[in-house]
Amino acid sequence: MAKITIENLRHSYLPEPKRDEDFALKRVHLDWADGGAYALLGPSGCGKTTLLNLISGLLHPSEGRILFDGRDVSNETPERRNIAQVFQFPVIYDTMTVYDNLAFPLRNRKVDEAEIKKRVTSIAEMLELTSTLSKRASGLTADGKQKISLGRGLVRSDVNVIMFDEPLTVIDPHLKWQLRSKLKELQHRIKRTMIYVTHDQTEALTFADQVVVMNNGEVVQTGTPIELFEKPKHVFVGHFIGSPGMNVMPCMVKGGKAFVDGHEIAAGNAALSNGSSRLELGVRPEFVTFASKGLPVNVVKVSDIGRYRVVDTRLGENSVKLIVPEGAAIPEGKAHLAFDKAHTQIYNDGWLAGEAR
Amino acid sequence: MNKTFNNKAWWMVLPVFLVVAFNALVPLMTVVNYSVQETFGNNEFFWSGTIWFKQLLENDQIRDSLGRQIIFTAVALLIQVPLGLTIALCMPRKGPWVSVCLVLMALPLLVPWNVVGSMWNIMALPDIGLLGRGINALGIPYNYTRDPAAAWFTVVLMDVWHWTSLVVLLCYAGLVSIPDAYYQAAKIDGARPWAVFRYIQLPKLKHVLTIAILLRFMDSFMIYTEVIVLTGGGPGSATKFLSIDLVQKALGGFDLGPAAAFSIVYFLIILLASWLFYTLMMRNEAN
Repeated sequence: MAKITIENLRHSYLPEPKRDEDFALKRVHLDWADGGAYALLGPSGCGKTTLLNLISGLLHPSEGRILFDGRDVSNETPERRNIAQVFQFPVIYDTMTVYDNLAFPLRNRKVDEAEIKKRVTSIAEMLELTSTLSKRASGLTADGKQKISLGRGLVRSDVNVIMFDEPLTVIDPHLKWQLRSKLKELQHRIKRTMIYVTHDQTEALTFADQVVVMNNGEVVQTGTPIELFEKPKHVFVGHFIGSPGMNVMPCMVKGGKAFVDGHEIAAGNAALSNGSSRLELGVRPEFVTFASKGLPVNVVKVSDIGRYRVVDTRLGENSVKLIVPEGAAIPEGKAHLAFDKAHTQIYNDGWLAGEAR
Repeated sequence: MNKTFNNKAWWMVLPVFLVVAFNALVPLMTVVNYSVQETFGNNEFFWSGTIWFKQLLENDQIRDSLGRQIIFTAVALLIQVPLGLTIALCMPRKGPWVSVCLVLMALPLLVPWNVVGSMWNIMALPDIGLLGRGINALGIPYNYTRDPAAAWFTVVLMDVWHWTSLVVLLCYAGLVSIPDAYYQAAKIDGARPWAVFRYIQLPKLKHVLTIAILLRFMDSFMIYTEVIVLTGGGPGSATKFLSIDLVQKALGGFDLGPAAAFSIVYFLIILLASWLFYTLMMRNEAN
C-alpha cells in the first residue's frame, strides 16, 4: 500500500522528442492517497494507458518522477515496485490450474507453500473461484479468467497498487455490472490503492472516489464524480461526461452579464470572465427547463430514452438539449427555456472562468 | 413441417470428386492393384495375393533400411526442433534486423533439393571441399565416401542446414503472435526467464510446434533427393534410407509387385505415425 506522487511526468515514444506534440503524456502532476480508488478517464489515445504503464514500470518516463510513499521508483522494474496489473485481455497461464495460476506470483517470490495455500484459498473465496480451483484455467469463461488475473494481484499481501487497464472490455454486458460491483466491494474490503483506466464514464464514475479526466496527453480535471458533473472545469469534461453532454454555445460578456444570441442569460461566474477571445457558455441538459417566459427556442426533436426524454431545441444557430421527465408536457414549435443559474458557467478558451488551471 | 427432399445438389460435388479421384484415388489404387499381382511383362498380370507383403516383412534388407530411416528421422528431429526453437527465441522481434534474419533463415529453404545435395557433396569432399579439407586439417580423419560415420555426419549436417529454418520460421511466427500483455503480466508476477518460457512461450507454441514436428517428420522420413546426390546411399548401404531402397526396387529391378507392396507399407507407416502423434498432442484440447 502506498501513497503515489507523480511529479512533472512527461513521456514520449519518440527517441528525441522536441515539440509538445511529440509527447504522448504532456506534463502530469498527481497526488494519490493510500487506499483510494482512482479512475483515469478519457477517449482512446489520450495517454491514459501510457500513464498507467509509467506507474507500473512497464515504461520509463522521458522526464519527471514517480514516488511511492516518497521513495523515487521512476527507474525501478515492475517487480521491484511491487504492483499488480490487470490487462484489457485476460492473461492466464494456460497449462496451469486456477490454483497454480493464483499461486504463481507467490511461488516466484519463494513464499512458503503453507502460506500460499492459505492466501490462495482466501482470495479464491473472495472472488468466488473456490469451486474451480482444481480446474485448468484455460477452460474458464472470459470473466472467470479476468478474475484470475485480478486474483494474481490480490494474493500478494504487500502490493503497493493494483492497476486495471480497461479490464471489462471482453466481458459480456450482463456480467460487466457484476464484476464492477465486485471490484468496488473488494476495494472497500481490502483498502488497497487501485487505479482504473477506462474510456467508459459509467465504469469510472461508479468505481472511483476520484476521477482523473484526460485529453490529448493532459489531465483536464481531477475530482469526485459529482464535481465532474456539476462543475466541469473544461468544456471537454462537460462533453465527455454525461449523456447527453453539456450544452456549449458561444456567448458574449458585457458588464458582468452573459449574452447568447442577444439574450441575457444569468451565469454563476459571468463576472469572473476575463474577456478572452473565445467565450462560451455551458449548461447541462439536466439544468435546463421549459418556462413560460425566457429564452425563445424552436423544439426540433424529442428522443425517448426510457425514464426521461431528451429534447433538442434551437436557440438561434445553437443547439440546446434539455432533459424532460416522463409524463411532463413538451411544447411543440416555439417555446421558452430557463437555465439554472447556479449550474450555468462561462468558459474562457475552453476553461472554466475564475478557476485556476 | 413439409420438407422437400432434393438431392440433386450431390451432382455439384461431382467435379471435386473427379479431381480427387484422378490425383489421389486412381494412382493409389493402381499401386494397390500392382501390390497383389505378378507380371512377367506384356501387360499380363496374375493374382498373387499377399505374397509381396509377406516377402516384404521378412526382407532383412528392407528392415535395415527402415531401422536406418527411423534413426535418421529421430536424430534430425532431436537436433532440428530444439535448435530451431532456440534460434527463434534469440531472433529480434523489432527493428531492421528482423528482415535480415528472416531472409537469411529462408535462404536454405529456397535452394532446390538436388542443388543442396551437390553443394554438400562438393563442400565435404576430403581433397578439394572446404568442409572436408578443413576437418582433415584439424587432424580428424574424415572421408564421407568411405567412412559410414562420416557419411552419416554429413547427411545429418546437410539436413540440419537445409530444414532447421522451417522450424525457426514457424516458431518465430508463433512467438511474434503472443500478445505483449503476457510478458508484462509475467514481469509483474516476478517470473524468471525460464518460467516465461515454460508457462507462456512453450504452451503458446504448442500448435506451431506440433505442425513443425509433423512436417519435419514426414519430410525426413521421405528424404531422397539430397541423400542420393550426396552419398547415393553409400558407402555400402550405410545411408540407404527407405525411399532410396524403394526406388532401387521399383526402377532398378522393375519389381512392380514388391515395390508396390513396399510403397503401401511405407505410406501406412507415415500415416499411422502422423496420426498417432497428432492425436496425442491434441488429446488435451477437448477438455
